[in-house]
Amino acid sequence: MLDVLIFATLNGVVTGLLLFMLAAGLTLIFSMMGVLNFAHASFYMLGAYCAYSISLYFGFWVGLLVAPLIVGVLGALIERYGLRRVHQSGHVAELVFTFGLAFLIEESVQFFWGRDTKNYQSPDILDFALFTLFGQEFSAYRGFMIAISVGIFIGLYFVLTRTRIGIIIQAAITHPKTVANLGHNVPLIFMGVFGAGTALAGLAGVIAGPVLTTFPGMAVVLGSIVFVIVVIGGLGSLAGAFIASLLIGLLQSYAIASDVGMQDLLNVFGIDFPYDHPLADLWGLTLPQIAPILPFLLLILVLIFRPTGLLGKREE
Amino acid sequence: MTTPIRLLLITLFATLCGVSTAQEPVRIAFMDPLSGGFASIGNSGLKQLQFAADYFYNSKNGILGGRKIEIVPLDNKQSPTDTQIQFRRAVSEGIQIIFQGNSSAVANTLNATISRHNSRNPGQEVLQINYSAVDPILTEAECSFWHFRFDAHAIMKLNILTDFIAKDTAIKSVYIIGQDYSFGHVVADNAVRLLQEKRPDISIAGTEFHPIGQVKDFTPYVTKIVASGADAVITGNYGADMVSLAKSIIDSGLDLPIYTFYAAYDGITATLGADGKNKIRLIHNEVSNPIPTEERKAFIRAFKAVNPDNDVTQPRIINALQMLVTAIEKSQSTDPYDIALALEDMRFTNLSGEEIWMRGTDHQVFQSLNISVHTDEGIEFDADNSGFGLFTEYSVPAAETIVESSCQMDRPSR
Repeated sequence: MLDVLIFATLNGVVTGLLLFMLAAGLTLIFSMMGVLNFAHASFYMLGAYCAYSISLYFGFWVGLLVAPLIVGVLGALIERYGLRRVHQSGHVAELVFTFGLAFLIEESVQFFWGRDTKNYQSPDILDFALFTLFGQEFSAYRGFMIAISVGIFIGLYFVLTRTRIGIIIQAAITHPKTVANLGHNVPLIFMGVFGAGTALAGLAGVIAGPVLTTFPGMAVVLGSIVFVIVVIGGLGSLAGAFIASLLIGLLQSYAIASDVGMQDLLNVFGIDFPYDHPLADLWGLTLPQIAPILPFLLLILVLIFRPTGLLGKREE
Repeated sequence: MTTPIRLLLITLFATLCGVSTAQEPVRIAFMDPLSGGFASIGNSGLKQLQFAADYFYNSKNGILGGRKIEIVPLDNKQSPTDTQIQFRRAVSEGIQIIFQGNSSAVANTLNATISRHNSRNPGQEVLQINYSAVDPILTEAECSFWHFRFDAHAIMKLNILTDFIAKDTAIKSVYIIGQDYSFGHVVADNAVRLLQEKRPDISIAGTEFHPIGQVKDFTPYVTKIVASGADAVITGNYGADMVSLAKSIIDSGLDLPIYTFYAAYDGITATLGADGKNKIRLIHNEVSNPIPTEERKAFIRAFKAVNPDNDVTQPRIINALQMLVTAIEKSQSTDPYDIALALEDMRFTNLSGEEIWMRGTDHQVFQSLNISVHTDEGIEFDADNSGFGLFTEYSVPAAETIVESSCQMDRPSR
């Protein structure tokens, strides 16, 4: 049991930190522009595919550096020449814009790279087991993923709370007009944040591609869950996004690792249902089976009992 | 109007009609996911069907004395709902033959929809050519006169697969993981049943279902497989679910044989590469390397010349098309009823030189079943241009794959 617990925790942390890299950019963009960027996960996918192509010629490490830059610059350009124009028409237009963008990016990726799974591999230098516990290896690459994500969190936190740029960004989130009156270029800040946010999504794609496989459905699989994290963590809260990411990563991992189901719950109450009962499917549900919907359940609970999210301040 | 003139007019009219139908192509719909998470499999199948139609017929004299075959791609996104919409579209365009293979859930929907449509619209029937959906129910309880399956169903495959596993005395416990829908459950239930019959000493270390196409990372599942102490894994996963699972197992340093239905081609072979060598085995019909006949080798080479990035992943599509055309030629008709009658009990020698049989009572095809291993040794025709491919280790002739069917077919009367 202990071995399952330890590995479930490790798996949860890896997934959680990966989700955080996506959520960090999304929550910043949301708090600044008031718009959920539906295309966020598509930038993640774009990052993975770009890095795959670059790694074919220059190796993994060049891809790690260059692909997020490409995605970030593309994100900034989209903000400058697309989103900013649409911004004048209000939030709904922006929402629809990012929604359309998500489809556009996904179809373009499939157009340029094809629809089959890409053979994007982790670098040979990280191709060893960091440690082996109870007969299961924990690969060095996963350790590398944890290191990168934690580094990003610390770096972002430092920039946002300890530097002048961070203070201006934070001010622009809550009081954009005042910041503009003080002589700061608010649209430029917006563009920078959008670019940085999409670059982070791209980076997440680069490091996730080799482990979670690079295929056309990779954005869809992660897309909705990232929104859940942003809402649970509290809109605009980086720390909240961090906690929510880990929470959801661990929640899913533990749920899959567990072996309990409705049957066990009913046994606790001493209720027994026959197997030919019309609702037998419901009584037969197990926690691993419903693991992927648990985050959405949590989302509903948070929205009911704490609408601002865990660390959100916006509505206070 | 005098009789001679009337006769002349009728003859003229008939001739004109005859001429116009001779020019008209025979339209066949290909209804599978062409976008979304499973698009790679659908598109690869489409290319194979398209190529086979051109290679065998359109580049020559066509069929029925000069008519071409036109393949009409219809994207059902592997969703039963979209399948209904695309079926309506096919009907409105007058298409009467539908190829479909991916997802038994979709095949079941299509089967039910076609049965209903055909009973209500006599004269406009539609024929379902199922080249890959392997839920046994399609040729058992839900069997239909209008449905023909050109792949061995899951129980037939599992029968052979469990024979193979039973021979390996090193295997003491097996873990079964699958997608949480009809096909995944059929695989799990029957694998458990057959293994208990053949090797009562093998314990089932665990049975796990995960949502189809939704899992980001299979490592948590692999943790459970490790903890269960299983010696082997059986899975019916396909597409991204298959790659991710195999990658997670290999990344975790597990040295287990993985028995699968679909772990090859469309990027999977390339992604598994050297890590999966001699670990991953597939149960499938049609032998892989070594390819038995020059005809099939020539076909594969011609296909690769046109589609360098794709492979002939599903020879059953070719069998299905060739048998369909044989039935059309034999009955000299494109009416689904006539085609269906001609297909029943057809014995056909395919590209691999093997005689395959379409059983009349349940419309299930029988041909040899094979177990192949993922390797780079002895591979003449690789997959994904990776140097790796499938090498057939174990082959069972068609006669030994035959299973009884409980099908009580409701045959239309004409």
